[in-house]
Amino acid sequence: MILGQSIRKNSVIMGIFAIVTTGLIVVTQVGTADQIELAKRQALEKALQEIVPASLFDNKLLENAVEVSANNQLGSKETRTAYIATKNDVPIAVILQATAPEGYGGSIHFLVGIQANGTVTGVRIVPPHFETPGLGDKIDLAKSDWVLDFNGKSLITPKPDQWKVKKDGGAFDGFTGATITPRAVVDGVLKSLLYFNEEKLSLFGTQTTINAAASTNPTTGTNL
Amino acid sequence: MSAVDNKKIIKDGLWNNNPVLVQILGLCPLLAVSGSVVNSLALGLATAFVITTSNIAVSLIRNYTTDTVRLPVFVMIIASFTTCIEFLMNAFTYELYLVLGIFIPLIVTNCAVLGRADAFASKNGVAASALDGLMTGLGFTAVIVVLGALREILGQATLFDNMHLLFGDIAQSWTIHLIDDYKGFLFAVLPPGAFVIMGFLLALKNIIDKKLKARAAALAEKPATGSRRVRTTGHIS
Repeated sequence: MILGQSIRKNSVIMGIFAIVTTGLIVVTQVGTADQIELAKRQALEKALQEIVPASLFDNKLLENAVEVSANNQLGSKETRTAYIATKNDVPIAVILQATAPEGYGGSIHFLVGIQANGTVTGVRIVPPHFETPGLGDKIDLAKSDWVLDFNGKSLITPKPDQWKVKKDGGAFDGFTGATITPRAVVDGVLKSLLYFNEEKLSLFGTQTTINAAASTNPTTGTNL
Repeated sequence: MSAVDNKKIIKDGLWNNNPVLVQILGLCPLLAVSGSVVNSLALGLATAFVITTSNIAVSLIRNYTTDTVRLPVFVMIIASFTTCIEFLMNAFTYELYLVLGIFIPLIVTNCAVLGRADAFASKNGVAASALDGLMTGLGFTAVIVVLGALREILGQATLFDNMHLLFGDIAQSWTIHLIDDYKGFLFAVLPPGAFVIMGFLLALKNIIDKKLKARAAALAEKPATGSRRVRTTGHIS
């Protein structure tokens, strides 16, 4: 009987504390939810604007999003979002979320901006990544300018078979002491470009239907 | 509950019983995050917040739990405060939240937090527990910030880099570049460097303690000799 009583008492104490502490968490979560959403949007918007220069487009990137289904070339296993930059309702660039699965510390997620003519406008690594501090983490713009090397590159310059680090006979700098990381990122960006080449029409085509300006834009899309 | 000496609590938390330098607790986040001042300061303050609030809460409820369930109850309290600060950091210091990542939820597992809750807050009043939590937290913060500063200087020759993640845009210009075109010292950036620098800090603390002890002993001797002389003179006359 005494054992039963003590079990009951302890259970009640535990239960009450569980309810109270959970309640505290619920209150905090509800209270911060809007702010967290806002912070995420701001961070994403800032990241997107770094990739495609603001002078190139005049739309709100976050509102011109299209769904991109899972794709091997983008390294994605689930549906991702792509952001279309337009000027005067003409699509001029797309920002793709892609993943380089072969990083040293696992997958490296990045954003790549590609102009309609196939030129890279910018690449940024999306945190968190797990590359070695001091070696592989130079892919991060905070640590080195390396990712800026992608700016202005396309499948024409350098040629697709030159999309490798110099150690492998390609056109891109590697890092001393970390070969795997830059190799993975270069390969990931190359695959994103190949994907863009194939899917350009569908990417920009979806965009035009979203903008409800389908009558004129498919043709301009092909002309770009 | 006997009245607790506030001065002793402050001294214990910051120095004599410092969670890192003396109790050697919470080393996992300490070594992992202390790569720069801003990371260290953020994790230190978050930990201090959790220790203080959980100490207050534990002290408030200390008479309503039984011995059997006291630890799970403490852990629940600590976990919920940690989750709260995780939400807050996610909301207001988003970039820092991304940098610190897993180490914010891991504050729960920092033994210093549960240690203070069980060893102090569960036996003392609210005010004393709050002070103890705050001082223990600040003691942790102080060590992790010093470690972060040393690693930042050695690793990338800067100080206070990226402080705007914590303090907003005013802090953009706080970065101090000590050496231009520094190639970086990888050892200090990686965890082994943290271990070694941590070891030097421990050694330094012990040296200072020894010096203090020696000085205290010297001070204690002097009055003794003085009084002896007085007595001797008295004896002669």
